[in-house]
Amino acid sequence: MKPDESLDLTLAALGDPTRRGILARLALGEATVSELAEPFAISQPAISRHIRVLSEAGLIVQRVAGTKRPCRLAPGALSELDDYLEMLREALSRNYRRLDQLLAKQAKRKDKSR
Amino acid sequence: MSELVLTTEGETHVVVKRRFEASPEMVYRAHLDPELIRQWCLGPEGWTMPVCINEGKPGGKIRYEWSNGKGAGFFLTGEILELDPPHRIVHVERMHMPDPTPDNRVVTTFVADGSGTLMTMRMSLPDAETRRAMLATGMARGMEASYARLERLSGWKAAS
Repeated sequence: MKPDESLDLTLAALGDPTRRGILARLALGEATVSELAEPFAISQPAISRHIRVLSEAGLIVQRVAGTKRPCRLAPGALSELDDYLEMLREALSRNYRRLDQLLAKQAKRKDKSR
Repeated sequence: MSELVLTTEGETHVVVKRRFEASPEMVYRAHLDPELIRQWCLGPEGWTMPVCINEGKPGGKIRYEWSNGKGAGFFLTGEILELDPPHRIVHVERMHMPDPTPDNRVVTTFVADGSGTLMTMRMSLPDAETRRAMLATGMARGMEASYARLERLSGWKAAS
């Protein structure tokens, strides 16, 4: 798979609040499918579908433990998307910190002229 | 100062929220007045905006040119579609790197929040591929990569 396609899969997988919730839960550690289903008002088959999407996007991995299939975050899976969003965030943050200073300067000038 | 919140929404949107300690009038003006824009809308340290045109009226043209002073540069063109001072700016923009990127339609709103202003900027890209390219633009500009921890990916706290 090309890196572009893999990022599209990642973005699509992250475009759903339930899947983001599942990932947020897995950030705390491994969890079984029924543990993951607990906080959501949806059926276990629906959760399993979400898990399959996350797994195909390479965001999570599942292992077999007896009858259970516990999930955990795939190591480094989010770094590509993370990088893009972080860089955009970084550029905007710098801009807005400058705007903060500019607005503070303008407010001071306004006070003086009063 | 409040933290910037950046989220992706569906396949084609990027939403940025940020609070400023200034009135909606002042923050609105800082987004339309070229003399103000060129002081803050610069991206990485060391870059300047030698050309900053924003006609500040519906149908008006936008043209921003950035330079790093060492021969590297790129520019953005756009048009203002709607203005509702001091609450709302709707414009369309595209980057030229040097080929133009597909149009990014941006709705920016300014809402009074106590003594400050909550700004929300909602970008709508024509398709998922364009959004990917736009997010990648940050990389093309040589931003520093930082490996954020999982929960720092905005939107996740809200979802958990």
